[in-house]
Amino acid sequence: MPTSPKLDVQQLHISPVSYDYKYQTPKGLNEKIVAQISAKKEEPTWMTDFRLKAYQIFRNKKLPTWGADLTDIDFENITYYLSSTDNIARTWDDVPDNIKKTYDTLGIPQAEKDYLSGVSAQFESEIVYEGIKKDLEKQGIVFLDTGTALKKYPQIFKEHFAKVIPPGDNTFAALNSAVWSGGSFIYIPKGVHVKLPLQAFFLINAKNVGQFERTLIVADEGSFVHYVEGCTAPTYSTSSLHAAVVEVFVKKNARVRYTTIQNWSKNVYNLTTKRAWVEENGIMEWVDANIGSKVTMKYPACILAGEGAKGQILSLAYANGSQHQDTGAKMTHLAPNTSSQIISKSISKSGGHCSYRGLVSVSPKAKNSSVHVSCDALLLDEDSRSDTYPVMKINQKDTTVQHEATVEKIGEEKLFYMASRGIKKSEAESMLVNGFIDPIVKEIPLEYAIEMNRLINLEMEGSVG
Amino acid sequence: MNNIILSLKNLTVSIKDKKILNSINLDLEKGKIYAIMGPNGCGKSTLANAILGHPSYEIHEESKIVFNQKDINKLTTDKRVNEGLFLTFQTPLALTGVSIFELLKQAQPNKELHKISEEVHNYAKELKVNEELLFRSLNQNASGGERKKLELLQAAVLKPKLIIFDEIDTGVDVDALKDIASFMNKYQKDTTYVIITHYNRILKHVNPDKVIVLENGKITRQGKANLAIEIEDKGYGNN
Repeated sequence: MPTSPKLDVQQLHISPVSYDYKYQTPKGLNEKIVAQISAKKEEPTWMTDFRLKAYQIFRNKKLPTWGADLTDIDFENITYYLSSTDNIARTWDDVPDNIKKTYDTLGIPQAEKDYLSGVSAQFESEIVYEGIKKDLEKQGIVFLDTGTALKKYPQIFKEHFAKVIPPGDNTFAALNSAVWSGGSFIYIPKGVHVKLPLQAFFLINAKNVGQFERTLIVADEGSFVHYVEGCTAPTYSTSSLHAAVVEVFVKKNARVRYTTIQNWSKNVYNLTTKRAWVEENGIMEWVDANIGSKVTMKYPACILAGEGAKGQILSLAYANGSQHQDTGAKMTHLAPNTSSQIISKSISKSGGHCSYRGLVSVSPKAKNSSVHVSCDALLLDEDSRSDTYPVMKINQKDTTVQHEATVEKIGEEKLFYMASRGIKKSEAESMLVNGFIDPIVKEIPLEYAIEMNRLINLEMEGSVG
Repeated sequence: MNNIILSLKNLTVSIKDKKILNSINLDLEKGKIYAIMGPNGCGKSTLANAILGHPSYEIHEESKIVFNQKDINKLTTDKRVNEGLFLTFQTPLALTGVSIFELLKQAQPNKELHKISEEVHNYAKELKVNEELLFRSLNQNASGGERKKLELLQAAVLKPKLIIFDEIDTGVDVDALKDIASFMNKYQKDTTYVIITHYNRILKHVNPDKVIVLENGKITRQGKANLAIEIEDKGYGNN
C-alpha cells in the first residue's frame, strides 16, 4: 500500500480548494474513453484516429524497467480527462473565483500580474485563462492552448505535431498521444524576438487526475523565444500521474530556451518526454529543474539536425527522502559542426535518490562536432544515493569530447568549518547546496530563481540532526 | 580570576576510544599571546578541535571547558563560536559556490552587507590578498598562503575574543608570513591569541607571553618566549 508522504506544500500554507468539475471521463482507459475525449474536444477525424492508434501502441508497450520503479502506478484508477470549465476564459475577469483563489494561495509570482496577457495558465486539463498580449499578436506570435491551436492553425499544427516525438517513442509518449489535453502551442514568426519570457503555470488539484498536457513550439527562422513553465501542486492522498509531451522545432538561425521548474507534490509520477529538433545554426537550450514529485523520469533531448546546430541542457535534480529523480539528457548529432553541452547537477538528501542518465550520439555525418558533458552530484548524508549512467556513441573520429563527473559530499569537515564561523548546520547545508546549484540557477529568470532558492531552503529546513 | 578568558580543567579527549589528550589544565588570560608547541601527533590540533567542539572528538566527563566564565562544553560549535571563539584552520576547505562575503554575512546576520564588504576589502588590501579571489568560491584555487590570509581576514571581520591559529605558518612563504605576522600584531589589541605551531618561525615575528609544550597528549613544559628558541636549537628531545 503506498502511503501518503508528508507534503511540503503544507509548509507553504496551501490548503486544498475544492472545484466543481464540469465534465470528466470515468476512471480507467479504453478505446471508448479515448474516442470520448476526442469527441468532447470536437477534434478533426485525423486526431481521433491518431489518438486511437496511440492507444493501441500504449496497450502493447511495457513499462520501462531500466529506470525508476513505476510498479505502483494504478492505471485503472486514474481519470484521464476532465475539464473544470467548459470554455476558455478570454480575460482575467472571466477566470472563476475559486481558481483565482488558488493562485492567490499559491502566491503565484508578481510576474503573472505584470505580464498577465502573456500568461497561459493550465488548470486541470484545460486552459482556464489565456490572454495574448496585444504586441505579441501584432508581431504574429501565436500563443494558445494546444486544443485551440489545433482548430485555429490546423496546417502548421499537423505539419509538426508528433513529428519529433511519435507515439511509438515510449510508453508514456504513447499514453499522452492517446489522451492529451491542454498544454501550450507557440508559433514565433520569422525573425521575431520575443523579449519577455512566455510563461505558463501548471496545477493539478484532484485525486488521481493524470495530467497529459501537450506542448508544441515552432520557432521559425531567425526567431527567439524563452518559454518558462513552473509547476506547483496542492495536496492529495493518492498517487497522481503526469505524463507530458513537449516538442520544439528550432528552424534555421532560431533560438529557443525552455525553462522548467518542476515542483509537483511528492506523490506525483512525473514521466515526461521533451525533445527539440534543431536546424541549421539553430540553438536549443533546455533548463530543467526537478525538485518535486515522487518519481521523475525525464531526459530532455536535442536532435542537432542542421549544420552548426547547438544544443544545451542544464539539468538540476533534488531528491529528498523517498524521492527518485531519474533525469538527464539526450543529444543526437546528425550534421557537421554541431555542438552540444550537458551540465547536470543533482542533490540527494535523507535517503533521496538521483540518477543521471545521458545519451550522446554522434553520427558519421556529424564531422567536426563537439560534445561537452559535466555531471556533478552532491550527497548530503550517508543514506542518500547518486548514480550516473553516461553513454556516448561517437561514430565520427573528428569529434571533440569532454566528459567530467564529480561526486561531492557535504562532509562533517565542511560543516565544522562553517560552524567555526558561527553558522549553524541547517544554514550551512543550505548555503552549500545553493552554492552548488548556483551555475544553473543563474540561468533561470530572477523571480523563478528566488522561488527556487526558497523552495530549496524550505526543503533543507526539514533536515534533522 | 576575572582575567581568565579560557580555562581548561582536566581536559581529556579521545577519538574512537584512543586517548589523544590527557588531563590538560590550562588557564589563558585576556589579551595575552600563547604559543602551543609540540612534535607532530602530540595532540595540538586535537586541542584546537576539542575547544571548538568538533563532533568526532569525545570529551571525557570530568573535563571542563570554560570560556568567558561560561561552561561551553555542551554547546555546539556554532554556539561556542558566537560566544567569541575563532579557529584558523591548518588546511581551510574550499566551499564551492560560497564567497567570503556570503559566508561572513551568514555569520553576522545583523551586520549590513556593505559594511562587511568594506571591511573585507580593507583587510584584504592590508594582507595583500588579490581582490579577484574575494569574489570566487572561498579557498577555491587559492594557494596555501592565500588560504591562511583569508582565515585571518575572516577573524578580523568577526572580531572574536580568542583566536586559535592552527599552524598559520605552514605552507606559507617568507613574504606572506611577514604579512600575516604584522597583521596579527596590528589587530591583536585585547584579543587572546593561541598560536599552535611546530616551529619557532612565526614566533620571531609575533612575540608570545607564554610558550606551552605539548608532548604525547600532556603539557610537559611551560615557559617564556625563550623556551621556543631553546626548542628550535635542541628539538623536542626525548622525555
